[in-house]
Amino acid sequence: MSELQSHPSRLVDKRKHTIRESFGDRVFMTVTYIILTVVLIAVLYPLIYILSSSLSSPAAVSSGKVWLWPVDITLAGYKAVLQNDQVITGYANSLFYTACGTLISVALTIMIAYPLSKKTFVGRSPLMMFITFTMLFSGGLIPTYLVVKSMGLIDTRWALLIPNAIWVWQVIIARTFFQNSIPEELSEAADIDGCSDIRFIFSVILPLAKPIVAVLSLMYAVGQWNAYFDALIYLKSQSLYPLQLILRSILILNNGTGNIDAGEMVKMQQMAELMKFSLIVMASLPVLVIYPFVQRYFVQGMLIGSVKG
Amino acid sequence: MNLRTTISNANSDVRQRRRSAVKHAVSKSLRRHWQLYLLVLPPVVYFIIFKYVPMANAVLAFKDYNVIKGIWGSPWVGTKYFEMLFRNPAFATLIKNTLYISFYQLIVGFPVPILLALALNEIKSARFKKTVQMVTYAPYFISTVVMVSIIMLFLSPRLGIVNTIAGALGFEAVNFLGEPGLFRSIYVFSDVWQSMGYSAVIYLAALSGIDPSLYEAARVDGASRFQKIVNVDLPGILPAAVIILILSVGNIMAVGFEKIYLLQNPLNLSASEIISTYVYKMGLLNANYSFATAVGLFNSLINLILLLTVNAAAKRLSNTSLW
Repeated sequence: MSELQSHPSRLVDKRKHTIRESFGDRVFMTVTYIILTVVLIAVLYPLIYILSSSLSSPAAVSSGKVWLWPVDITLAGYKAVLQNDQVITGYANSLFYTACGTLISVALTIMIAYPLSKKTFVGRSPLMMFITFTMLFSGGLIPTYLVVKSMGLIDTRWALLIPNAIWVWQVIIARTFFQNSIPEELSEAADIDGCSDIRFIFSVILPLAKPIVAVLSLMYAVGQWNAYFDALIYLKSQSLYPLQLILRSILILNNGTGNIDAGEMVKMQQMAELMKFSLIVMASLPVLVIYPFVQRYFVQGMLIGSVKG
Repeated sequence: MNLRTTISNANSDVRQRRRSAVKHAVSKSLRRHWQLYLLVLPPVVYFIIFKYVPMANAVLAFKDYNVIKGIWGSPWVGTKYFEMLFRNPAFATLIKNTLYISFYQLIVGFPVPILLALALNEIKSARFKKTVQMVTYAPYFISTVVMVSIIMLFLSPRLGIVNTIAGALGFEAVNFLGEPGLFRSIYVFSDVWQSMGYSAVIYLAALSGIDPSLYEAARVDGASRFQKIVNVDLPGILPAAVIILILSVGNIMAVGFEKIYLLQNPLNLSASEIISTYVYKMGLLNANYSFATAVGLFNSLINLILLLTVNAAAKRLSNTSLW
């Protein structure tokens, strides 16, 4: 990250800072600052608006009084969300899928990525082609569905953990990491000492691989937390639904908030609107809270992945 | 025995010895590293079952699927389902919508992260730069379901903030998601909003890797900031840009099913029905397995051909390619 921040031309600028920038350059910089400020506001404003709305009173949200800061601050929206059983079940399910799915995915990814990184591993390049080909071509939705069905995974929790467990891109990222940051000499030395491969992985590779394990875990966890399509096609029982599927029924299909009393219609509707904002915040909270801490790992992951190997 | 045969005999002898040496090394490595082979077994089984068996299952496109007889027992019907697809009046619309949305996304979505990275690269204030980067990066973590509901809340004709503001300025309310003509722009620009910060990271990395002496040379030659961008920065990020362009062209036919499916409504369907949403509806909702498989297979093939073509073109033109 810090490498990204420091710009090479600043070294030059420091030495020659007595020379004034030309008029054209100053205009250029002013325009750049203005554009970036506009971009900043355009991205930030919707986020602030959602947060403010979720904290405002139902009436204020519905009548359009909220435009930047919360109006008549209340936690009513959050209260309503927390009283919704569907949401709570979905939240619990998503936590389960995220934890288990990440564990399975990271384990499988490292199991194939580490051997692929070893030059002495016979059959390394055919294996690499074997897995990259699946990035280029796929059987399609229905043939995959039929496989999952024939294995009896439909409407079970496994359907969300297994069929999409390994992402080829993550394997490439992990393989590149092992290749670049674990010296070949280590495994040669272990070989000579008669250390078995499994033991070598547990006592040498894994402790050294902490950064890549962090990167893989984060990417798989965010993917699993945000996934809804597998649940949509493979699950039937509502009790197994992850949060995203519950969100879909409440936020997009507009059902699931339940019994509406005719007399309370307007109030209920206002409440339903407010709940949507609170729900959006709550559903994104786990990822957004850890985001500032994990951002550099994500950047690291993307950079490792982009190195051609 | 003449000299030539002697030499060739000796050659083949060497070759044979080398081959047996290789064989020996292989078997030795297999014996020594059997644990590694054990390790890759579960992932390999995963790829066979969930990636390669479905590829084989795609023969379904040439068969009349019968649930009881299964995929392999069902009768062959040749290209019946492909003919059905090509004769289907909806086919032209599907292709048009799919290509339209993807090219629109490519034309807008490809340059924006590059421009963002170039602009950020010029900024001297580390704090401002970091703020812009962190904020633009954040929306990437919002799930598709939440993203679509945000779009719906903002663009709602009655309560949405966009129409509220437009109303205050004296404009009439617009039902954005009900207008087929607006669907593509909503899809593409919300995507830019969500992913530009994330996509810019690669280019920022490429920019930080440019040799500082090039900037000094440009300065000595009296280049303006703009000239420096054109002559130093752009060539510096070209390889990264080409790779990303190839990958995006390879995904042309695979435009985001998830988001489009969620954004669809009966009013905008004429612009929003794409091949993948059609496959889902035909196959899983209408249980028309063979037909949906044929559509999906057609889609995958076009995708593969596009990827290979663009990759070959890039290799010839700029010496950059995926492999």
